[in-house]
Order: sequence, then C-alpha cells, then structure tokens
Amino acid sequence: MTTPVELGQARVDPAVDPVTDEASTEDRPWLTIVWNDPVNLMSYVTYVFQQLFGYSRDQATKLMLDVHHKGRAVVTSGSRDKVEIDVAKLHGAGLWATMQRDA
Amino acid sequence: MNGWRRRGGLLVGTLSEREAGLLRGMVGQIRDLLAARVAASPHDELAELTGIIAGPTTAPTDRVLARLLPDFHREDTGLSGGLRALHEPELLAAKAGVAGVVLDTCPARGGRVRLSEEQAQAWLTALNDVRLALGTVLEVTEDMPDELPPDDPRAPHLGVYHWLTWVQESLIQALAGT
Repeated sequence: MTTPVELGQARVDPAVDPVTDEASTEDRPWLTIVWNDPVNLMSYVTYVFQQLFGYSRDQATKLMLDVHHKGRAVVTSGSRDKVEIDVAKLHGAGLWATMQRDA
Repeated sequence: MNGWRRRGGLLVGTLSEREAGLLRGMVGQIRDLLAARVAASPHDELAELTGIIAGPTTAPTDRVLARLLPDFHREDTGLSGGLRALHEPELLAAKAGVAGVVLDTCPARGGRVRLSEEQAQAWLTALNDVRLALGTVLEVTEDMPDELPPDDPRAPHLGVYHWLTWVQESLIQALAGT
C-alpha cells in the first residue's frame, strides 16, 4: 500500500536533525510579502487584499498603508505551500509579491 | 468615458470609439506579449505525455514581461526558478484570459459596455496589467506629474496612462460599492 505523493511538496519530513538541531529553522513560518510599487493604486491594493484573503476593509486598508509607507508588508503567513499559493494569487492580480522564511 | 456605474447586477460604462480602439490595442498587445512568452517555451515531450506544462525557470529579459511575471523569492534563485516553472503557465493563461474578456466585451467602435461581476473583475485585472506595462515603459514614479515637459518623448503617452488610471479607479469604486 502506498499514499500519493503530494504535488508541489518535494521536501523531506521536517523532523529535528539530531546533529544540527534545526527544528527551529523548520518551524519558522513562511511569509507573503507585498512590496510597494509606483503603479498599483492604493484602492486597488486594498480591494485585492479583501478579495483574495477575505480581510475587512479596515484590515486591508491598514496593510495597504503599511506597503505604501514602509515599502513592504507581510500580508499572510503559514506553511510554504500556503504562502506559495498566496504569492501566485497576488502575481495574478499584478501585485509585486515575494515569499520568504520568517527571520 | 464618464466612469463606471452599477445598474442592477451589471457594471455599465460607455467608451468612445477612440477610447475603445486605444484600450483594445493595448490589451491586444499584452496578450501578444504573453503568447510570445508561451511560444518561447522549449518543446517538452514529457508535458505532451502528462499534460502538465512546466514553465521556464528564468525570469523574462523583457522588462514589461518581467513586471507581469515576477520572481517568487528575492534572493533564492533556485526556489524562484522552481516555483516559476510550476506556476508561470497558469499565470500566463489567467492573464491571457482576462485580456480575452476585455477584447470580447469591449465593442471595437465604442459604445455601451455591460459587464457581469465576473467580467468586471477580469477588466479590473486586465486594466491593471496594461497600466503595469505602460508604467514600466514610461518609468512611472510615485510622484509622477500630471504632465511632462513637452520635450520629453514620454509626454504624449503619459495622458493615456493617466486615463487608464482613472478608468481603473472608477471601476474599483463601482465594484467596491463606494
């Protein structure tokens, strides 16, 4: 008996490495970052955050203002697979998004 | 164009013949650019067998395409390449899809445009893609003036960019109900 390989997940089990004790590295969540850019409209960015992630208008506006004033904002976080999908959705909407491991 | 309004369940706006021609021309160019990226993908025997299409692992060299198809990670090129191969075909198809909706629903000679909610979402994304493309070529900055000096070669095109911005903003307000 076998189980199907999960698509898009080529990683090994993130168990504790007995030598390097890297469990903490594996436990750190991934972050979806949206970067400021001069073209995307503030109203559009707010609308996209609401549509894609279900944020309230207030939450979405706060995140948009973070992007605008600080140059970037973390808009979602979680497993690598989840964040990867969120970044792909943001690219679909034309936002400048990347993913990175939480520092 | 006097802006978008909700009429019943539809989003309604009117484009002049010139506006419709301009918009269709630009959206068509984006679709052609995306199609060229698809066509440049290497022939893939495995993809033909499995039906799973892998995209390229490297970012486009064209600056407009590079803006439309960004990297997934800022430093890790290996990760970015792998995720690009995985997601780019779908992203290209989605962008070609929204461009297609505009070309199907925008009358070539202008006139009334009536969009369902779903079609209006597609217009919103397609308008944004056109602005990203034009903004990249015009090297738009956040404090871009309304007009450039007359000797700037970008000056006549900036008006088109600002018009697109206005059309998109109006559609967002109509969609968001504000």
